[in-house]
Amino acid sequence: MELERHEYDVVVVGAGGAGLRAAIEAHESGARTAVVCKSLLGKAHTVMAEGGIAAAMANLWPEDNWRVHFRDTMRGGKMLNHWRMAQLHAQEAPDRVRELEDWGALFDRTADGLISQRDFGGHRYARLAHVGDRTGLELIRTLQQRTVALGIDVYMECTVTRLLTDEQGITGAFGYWRESGRFVAWQAPSVVLATGGIGKSYKVTSNSWEYTGDGHSLALQAGATLVNMEFVQFHPTGMVWPPSVRGILVTESVRGDGGVLKNSAGNRFMFDYIPDFFRKETAETEDEADRWYEDKKNNRRPPELLPRDEVARAINSEVKAGRGTPHGGVFLDIASRRSADYIRKRLPSMYHQFKELAEVDITAEAMEVGPTCHYVMGGVEVDPDTEAARVPGLFAAGEVAGGMHGSNRLGGNSLSDLLVFGRRAGAAAAGHAAGLPHRSELPDAALADAARAALAPFEREGGENPYTVQHDLQQTMHDLVGIIRTAPEMEQALERIAVLKERVANLSVEGHRQYNPGWHLALDLPHMLVVSEAIARAALAREESRGGHTRDDFPATDAEWARTNLICASAPDGSVALTRQPLPQMPSELAEIFES
Amino acid sequence: MTYDARFRVWRGDATGGDLQDFTVQVNEGEVVLDIIHRLQATQAGDLAVRWNCKAGKCGSCSAEINGRPRLMCMTRMGTFGEDETVTVTPLRTFPVIRDLVTDVSYNYDKAAQIPAFTPRARDGDGNHRMQQVDVERSQEFRKCIECYLCQDTCHVIRDHEGNKAAFAGPRFLIRLAELDMHPLDVVDRRAAAQDEFGLGYCNITKCCSEVCPEGIHLTDNGIIPLKERVVDRRYDPLTWLGSVIRRRPRD
Amino acid sequence: MTATAPRRTGAVTPGSGNGSPPPRRAAIAARHLRTDRWWIQPLVTMTVLLAFVVYSSFRAFQNAYYFAEPYISPFYSPCITTGCEGDTFPEFFTGPSFISPAIYILIIPLGLRATCYYYRKAYYRSFWLSPPACAVGEPHRRYTGESRPPLLVQNLHRYALYAALVFNVILTYDAVLGFRDETGEWGHMGLGTLVLLANAALLWLYSLSCHSCRHIVGGRLNHFSKHPLRYKAWTQISRLNAMHAKFAWLSLFSVAIADAYVFLLATGTISDLRFF
Repeated sequence: MELERHEYDVVVVGAGGAGLRAAIEAHESGARTAVVCKSLLGKAHTVMAEGGIAAAMANLWPEDNWRVHFRDTMRGGKMLNHWRMAQLHAQEAPDRVRELEDWGALFDRTADGLISQRDFGGHRYARLAHVGDRTGLELIRTLQQRTVALGIDVYMECTVTRLLTDEQGITGAFGYWRESGRFVAWQAPSVVLATGGIGKSYKVTSNSWEYTGDGHSLALQAGATLVNMEFVQFHPTGMVWPPSVRGILVTESVRGDGGVLKNSAGNRFMFDYIPDFFRKETAETEDEADRWYEDKKNNRRPPELLPRDEVARAINSEVKAGRGTPHGGVFLDIASRRSADYIRKRLPSMYHQFKELAEVDITAEAMEVGPTCHYVMGGVEVDPDTEAARVPGLFAAGEVAGGMHGSNRLGGNSLSDLLVFGRRAGAAAAGHAAGLPHRSELPDAALADAARAALAPFEREGGENPYTVQHDLQQTMHDLVGIIRTAPEMEQALERIAVLKERVANLSVEGHRQYNPGWHLALDLPHMLVVSEAIARAALAREESRGGHTRDDFPATDAEWARTNLICASAPDGSVALTRQPLPQMPSELAEIFES
Repeated sequence: MTYDARFRVWRGDATGGDLQDFTVQVNEGEVVLDIIHRLQATQAGDLAVRWNCKAGKCGSCSAEINGRPRLMCMTRMGTFGEDETVTVTPLRTFPVIRDLVTDVSYNYDKAAQIPAFTPRARDGDGNHRMQQVDVERSQEFRKCIECYLCQDTCHVIRDHEGNKAAFAGPRFLIRLAELDMHPLDVVDRRAAAQDEFGLGYCNITKCCSEVCPEGIHLTDNGIIPLKERVVDRRYDPLTWLGSVIRRRPRD
Repeated sequence: MTATAPRRTGAVTPGSGNGSPPPRRAAIAARHLRTDRWWIQPLVTMTVLLAFVVYSSFRAFQNAYYFAEPYISPFYSPCITTGCEGDTFPEFFTGPSFISPAIYILIIPLGLRATCYYYRKAYYRSFWLSPPACAVGEPHRRYTGESRPPLLVQNLHRYALYAALVFNVILTYDAVLGFRDETGEWGHMGLGTLVLLANAALLWLYSLSCHSCRHIVGGRLNHFSKHPLRYKAWTQISRLNAMHAKFAWLSLFSVAIADAYVFLLATGTISDLRFF
């Protein structure tokens, strides 16, 4: 078999924020490090992040500190977050942001010359370090340039299809060059998964083609576990028109900077959807909400800035009740509330995006927006301090890891998550590799098996087209495991997924191995199916509504479920097995933070 | 609203290829990338195309549409007549891998050669202090999404493959400008800009600025100021004399 | 912060160094696939520039009809030889009679415009066809741009600017002299005064909006916040700079029009429209 072989201490799968941060840290810890990514370097989905990096730097609000950030994060996740991850995240985020400046990042500034911070949903103080509305681009470019400056090897347009293990744990990874279709294997005692999310299993999503849940699925295959998979975040504001751009993100900064949501009757409906949980800190009248933008000390926040799950559900209800826009969304209006100059300065890429893609001038008219699948809170179950999964040598950071965000992620906490846990994962992966006395050779049989599996779609004649199967999966998840869920629908979804699995086993692709997108999709589909099954199974089991998981048949939160995590593992037959696990207990000094 | 459009798409690889004709459905509000995806899903399953965000933010889906370098995801079908044939070809300046996908490693090689950002020390409290007006110029260049359309359109390398060794292209000239204007950076890259990255090859014909999907003023705000900074150091005897006599720092 | 020394150089590319032939571009025979009329712009630019060159050469060598009291043609100001008509500027020397006084003068505005960042774009595209238009192949086999002599001289643009600023002062002075009548009495104004004033104003706008000027005023600074006045000036000049191409054309036309107006007066074809 024709196979390119490499040897490293640490292989990082994924070159988004978490992957690059992990690679930089592993390299600086002395490990021989490689990054493997499906796209070109610098194109990872992190570039899509707009709003900012949440970090309690207290540049604008001296009252802010990690405890407040910790509290906001836990409350945003409806207390289902792993407390230790939320704590580390809140404590370390400011240093991770400052470090970016040493690598060339240029954030917007305060009058004092410090990093400026902006308001965002669920954050008590203005906390998001940002660059206009293109913070993700700044983050990825900074890390990319740092990676290049350090001379870290990057395998671009290269897809990992298998993790290789023996009884001691991880031994390496197997994949193919997208460009040539040739196979490549990396022998490495540590693998860091930083593959991002799963959004491509849904029809309306802000995620790119890369988000096929590879990391989730590879971890399961290797024997690791997933946690919180039932929690999928639907961002409340995605574009709804024209159809070809449906799902593309409209940043939360529009609301942070003064935009409001209105239904077709022109009402600011969010005032009708304030949950008791957040009533104390949310404005009751439009006047108070409007005053908040100017005077944050003496007024409470507008309800448009409630956590994302609340806003997404409210929009969903308005549209269902017939108060939506002609294209099935609601209006997001900043034009009537801020000057054209202000809008263009604060939200340049939104202005551009609507102008170019929808021919809407957001300084003159309202945007039409609706919920879009955005983020999966669930992911690989990891140790909070080291991001180690249950398989020795396997680490996970960023969206592919679970636990940090509980049942719902606050805006801005994702970019800080990438940095904080990317760094920790990189350091721990380097440490793990350094502590291993000898390296296991990659067994030829396992490599041959991986190659055979990858080539299988070429062997079959007359099978189905992978694009059709993907389309059917997306429709299934959209219709049956979407924002609002019921038991019968999810049971139906599981039946359909079982059928789809059979169809995937019989796919065939045309052409040859060189840069063949049909083949690439055929290899991604099994990942998407496993992840979809995990989501559906966990969602069916959790008989309550919480954060990113809303059950029409169980609309309330449940005290017993508040103490329970659902863990997904791979069953011997390749399906997803579910177990319940008690939530880790928060120490009393942290619990006190919530009593005030 | 829906109509059948005529498309001509270049298909092939490094050994050869040609423009192939397709007739394909177009719906309201669609962009060229939607049509390419429809071709993939219905008529040419192995049609190679590179893309990611489909929102003009990642700069992956660069191609040439009717002979002009564009992002496929930001080119609306509404800009063409219904009876117009739309021709889509790969970036001409780079070696082709397959169909619309080209080998852009030239750009990654150049990026790796640029002397890295080197900051001054932090302030005593661990922060860097910079004023907004001081960061804005470099921020404009950091908007770059690395779609490499400017590299593709630049005649210096588009028409002269041999210049690739000596010339880094507009993308990396503005990267040099960004670093040179960066308020924290302490390295002088002016000599390198001229000698190693071929600043002098640019004859400021501004095609890079015309194609930039981010609207970055590459020439006016980046390359020309960089040329002027090189003049300060290299070709202006008065400025040179002044800096020697007064031992004046760059500011 | 510690940085580890680089071990390798960035991206790993597949299949390199395996003896396969060097990568090739897509086989597309056509020099371009543009469907618009891309050749119009370089053609118009070339026509207008050529027309100006022909006209200005004719006028410069004509050595006559450039002075009509109280106006002097901008082609002949500052008129510095003893052979000059009128008396608008000190006469420094007597040159050979076959050399028109304009020759000593035009070298400066010509130098400014020839090295101007905007005109460079215009003539590289329209005369050199390098490139004729974006994404249209250029006809040359080799190209080194401005990286070596003689084009390296373009880097002296700022000196042409300094000289041109002096000329602007003189042409402004000429325009002010237009407020006199034929006998040298102040308090007069005619259409010619307006023509000279407009020309001087456009020349100022053209030179001040220049890229070199923008650089010298503030562009070379890295910390604007420490130089608030220069930052303010830079901001204003940046605003003008965005219209540099427009000023380049308008001032070119205004110079030609001013000269033509004086020519028509001096040949007696028309007479000046007097306001007061």
